[in-house]
Amino acid sequence: MPEIKITPLGAGQDVGRSCILLSMGGKNIMLDCGMHMGYNDERRFPDFSYIVPEGPITSQIDCVIISHFHLDHCGALPYMSEMVGYTGPIYMTHPTKAIAPILLEDMRKVAVERKGESNFFTSQMIKDCIKKVTAVTLHQSVMVDNELEIKAYYAGHVLGAAMFWIRVGSQSVVYTGDYNMTPDRHLGAAWIDKCRPDLLISESTYATTIRDSKRCRERDFLKKVHECVEKGGKVLIPVFALGRAQELCILLETYWERMNLKYPVYFALGLTEKANNYYKMFITWTNQKIRKTFVQRNMFDFKHIKPFDKSYIDNPGAMVVFATPGMLHAGLSLNIFKKWAPYEQNMLIMPGFCVQGTVGHKILNGAKKIEFENRQVVEVKMAVEYMSFSAHADAKGIMQLIQYCEPKNVLLVHGEAQKMEFLKDKIEKEFSINCYMPANGETAVINTPTKIPIDVSLRLLKAEAVRYNAQPPDPKRRRVVHGILCVKDNRLSFLDIDEVCEEIGINRHIIRFTSTVRFDDPGPAVKTAEKLKGLLTEKLQGWSITISDGNISVESVLIKVEGEDESTKNIYVSWTNQDEDLGSYILGLLQSMVQ
Amino acid sequence: MKLYCLSSDAAKPCFVLSFKELLIMLDCGLSAHSVLNFLPLPPVPSTRLASLPTYTPPHINDPLLEGELKECCGRVFVDSVPEFCPPLDKVVDFSQLDVILISNYTCMMALPFITEETGFKGQVYATEPTLQIGRFYLEELSEWLSEGGATGEGGPGARRWKELVHLLPPPLAQAVRPRAWRRLFSAAALARSLARVRVVGYDERVDLYGALDATAVSSGFCLGSANWVLRSAHEKVAYVSGSSTLTTHPRPINQAALRGADLLVLAALTQTPAHNPDHMLGDLCVHAALTLRSGGSVLLPVYPSGVLYDLLECLSAHLEGAGLGGVPLYVISPVADASLAYSNILAEWVSGGKQARVALPEEPFPHAALARAGRLRHAKALHHLPDFRQPCVVFAGHPSLRFGAAVHLLELWASNPAHAVIFTEPDFPYVEALAPFQPLAMKAFHCPIDTSLNYSQANKLVRELRPRELALPEQYAAGGGAGRPHVGADVPTVVVKRGAAKAATVRRRAARGTLCGTLAARAVPREVAGGSGGLRAAPLAAELRVRDARVELVAPPAPARAAPLHWSSPDVEALVRALAREGGGPHATHVFCEGRPDVRQALRRALAACLPHV
Repeated sequence: MPEIKITPLGAGQDVGRSCILLSMGGKNIMLDCGMHMGYNDERRFPDFSYIVPEGPITSQIDCVIISHFHLDHCGALPYMSEMVGYTGPIYMTHPTKAIAPILLEDMRKVAVERKGESNFFTSQMIKDCIKKVTAVTLHQSVMVDNELEIKAYYAGHVLGAAMFWIRVGSQSVVYTGDYNMTPDRHLGAAWIDKCRPDLLISESTYATTIRDSKRCRERDFLKKVHECVEKGGKVLIPVFALGRAQELCILLETYWERMNLKYPVYFALGLTEKANNYYKMFITWTNQKIRKTFVQRNMFDFKHIKPFDKSYIDNPGAMVVFATPGMLHAGLSLNIFKKWAPYEQNMLIMPGFCVQGTVGHKILNGAKKIEFENRQVVEVKMAVEYMSFSAHADAKGIMQLIQYCEPKNVLLVHGEAQKMEFLKDKIEKEFSINCYMPANGETAVINTPTKIPIDVSLRLLKAEAVRYNAQPPDPKRRRVVHGILCVKDNRLSFLDIDEVCEEIGINRHIIRFTSTVRFDDPGPAVKTAEKLKGLLTEKLQGWSITISDGNISVESVLIKVEGEDESTKNIYVSWTNQDEDLGSYILGLLQSMVQ
Repeated sequence: MKLYCLSSDAAKPCFVLSFKELLIMLDCGLSAHSVLNFLPLPPVPSTRLASLPTYTPPHINDPLLEGELKECCGRVFVDSVPEFCPPLDKVVDFSQLDVILISNYTCMMALPFITEETGFKGQVYATEPTLQIGRFYLEELSEWLSEGGATGEGGPGARRWKELVHLLPPPLAQAVRPRAWRRLFSAAALARSLARVRVVGYDERVDLYGALDATAVSSGFCLGSANWVLRSAHEKVAYVSGSSTLTTHPRPINQAALRGADLLVLAALTQTPAHNPDHMLGDLCVHAALTLRSGGSVLLPVYPSGVLYDLLECLSAHLEGAGLGGVPLYVISPVADASLAYSNILAEWVSGGKQARVALPEEPFPHAALARAGRLRHAKALHHLPDFRQPCVVFAGHPSLRFGAAVHLLELWASNPAHAVIFTEPDFPYVEALAPFQPLAMKAFHCPIDTSLNYSQANKLVRELRPRELALPEQYAAGGGAGRPHVGADVPTVVVKRGAAKAATVRRRAARGTLCGTLAARAVPREVAGGSGGLRAAPLAAELRVRDARVELVAPPAPARAAPLHWSSPDVEALVRALAREGGGPHATHVFCEGRPDVRQALRRALAACLPHV
């Protein structure tokens, strides 16, 4: 049985550092190449030495596929291509290719300039890495080589996020990356056709959550922000520059407009305008509504949201600030947090998931005191709210996707072990298919049925179709065809016997048997023949029996009655070698009838 | 496989391919040449046009013809709503079509004629830019004509002249089948028709009823323009329509995907083989600059998309260089806003150079920046531009000069020799387009820019693609006038005429299926001696499963015995030995010989020799 092997180097029973090795049909594919935000040491990057302990990595990997621009999915790519030395093909969508280098550069600056790390990739390496990327469009089928084909589907997680369908020979896998099954204010819902892959590799961030309706969450969010600023508090919303930020901006912008609010809203990053420009130019990747109205009003031209300046941190009075990065692990959002945390009237809203080890994760777990590297201790008195705005599919969404594409096996990654276990049970019960959840470094092996491509002769098929269609319709009837399987130059074909003879230039030798049965039956021969036909029809149900000129035929078996009006008739039964079973059965039948 | 040709205009093709029990329409171009026989439809009433003298053919006194024909400077025009020449509808029953594949937006204008009120039930496929820009073209047309009440079937129209067409002076007398001419569809029919289109991306494999895969591949001609490749496991048909090997704003042509086809259908080559598009663009810039410098304005009758983007880019740069950076550029079209905005969100469909700008991020086309700087203005109609300044450059439709804002501007400027009109679109002969505006004092320049393949490029392409067979509309084939450029290739060529069908020699012998592992394991292929070498074979009885036209061979539940194949003649000695082993042979032998005395004699001798006898 052919196998599909999956080994997560990251994101196996874990969130962050997505990097999954897939091998099937002799091809090795790397799905995502992310970094872990919670670590500052070598655990940050996937362990590429797993693939090959020493020596070049390129010959071991046929291609790298990046699902979207979040750093936990593409953060290690420059490291792999420029420092480990991978030179093979890399695929991602156009928006991902445009936006990923900006986020990578952003992260590099934080790591190198703020934290003073060395042995990190440089700006030039990011540029060189992105140059090697092949951009793909949705639904385009890309032949990586003669056997390996990939195709991107819309995933709706962030701008340009894609799921990938990967095929080698008759085996296929769908890798979802991160996806979202409910359309939001700026993106549409993930979609895939009924491609029936052998394996679906799905993220499972929200494996146990079934989130309440989007509208409720939005109303809740707006109410909390409004209440806080009304009391003169400051609201800090840590976000990543692209993605959720744009959705929340659209939300606040429309609310401010409707309620005619005047409290300042800031977006902290020079990137804002640039980021919004990306959204404007890749508007085909946003949702239907934005696409339809963009000529009249571009949703990404914000009126109420203004750029933030560092000096505003100490400004008195209410304000709302969007600051990066989203998990409070470094940078401006952390600086603002340090200043605002000790005051009760302020509020922190975490709109997305926080990886273990980040400040965000600690605060969400209820930490009231945070200690930093330089022994600085910050007391957290501000209100802390967690709102799941990050666009992952919830349990319902994951089940929905499984229903959409009808995989034969499911493998869960990008989630926490306990929650995965729960979802795994549910999937196995509901769909009766196998579900796997390997940990990092562990290999899951999936067997797939063998399917060998073969050329089937049209002559054979047409003859079969004629026979099949002549019978009354019955969807349960088995359709059996006889022919010759030919193997030439490693190509298989299934041919009609006469075709084979023509093809290779041999003369077919037909063996035919004839036997005689004597039967006492006065009356005309035609009567006898009809009697025989009645008998055969009764005994041979499901066979087509025809009679013409007093001759009965079933397949190649021919029955002939001789002796016009004599009382004893000679019945000839004749059949070819291939109908031996049928012929001898009929002969036996006639002989027993005579006795 | 059969190929039908339904269009008389090779640049606006419409073919139907019958293959594997499917009827596939390739493009549905609308020939608009017929509108040149009609009087212009001015957006603002024109006294000059209204007061043209009526024409009556000599020696004819037909009261029904009254007022149908008008004369202008020796040319006769029909004074009625303009009519178009849709693809032939009698050759193929449109309700039987399974699929329509559209290659680019210039070749889809007849879509509503085919899909609406014909019983059409199939699928229509086009790329996203083709659908969107095609929508702009069609909506623009529909808007102008509906202003004059000239869409749909309602209202009176001139009919009588069609009966007497042989008595009219040329070129009206040469009108091809004017009785089949139709008015433009209504806006509602248009919307219904476009709603049927399914959007595909380049290199996306579209499954056509399980029988074929259709793939749109980039053709390099305009945004979203595609050549279609139809593929089954063994056959490949490539439809090459509106392709360009030049470097302009769209994605370059993908030739690799077209290689090695069993049949290559070639359509929509350049309409102006004598003009080099690069030179024409240069000439145009020079004429425009000269006219502007002498205080005149420039009118360019154009479509709302396509070459317009290149014109804006080149002309603005040229004028800037010539110190005319202050001259306003106007784009006037009911769809100008949408077309200009839309072009800048198609990052995935433009050339590599333009794509690189998006990563910065900057718009792929400079016209967004021109608009922000105030140099480029766009409006739905002239009266939406309150501060219309002259001299200026105006891009306005329609290139036929029979409707749209261009008609009004030409009426205004015709008598002033300082102004100029520059023709860039190749669809209409400019002299004929200008005929109802004569006498004309303003300058007229002809700088047609048609980036589709010219004949030598097409010949080179065919040589490189090496199809087994080539199909051409008759206009492109050899013959006709001597020295006329044509496509000539050293492969078998099928030439199709309008209204005719031709069979291609592609023949199918096998279908691609899959064989399940269990069944494969049952078969033990053995070398077939005596045949051509290297072939191994095994008899096989398989259960056939056909789902969505896909063939699967699986193991039957009760292993059916496979019928063996015997060949050649039996080795007699081996037969004898085998019979001896079996023992207990028959005590009587009955030889049936079916009238072959030689066989009977041979058997008789053989039997007699091997039986004990005295």
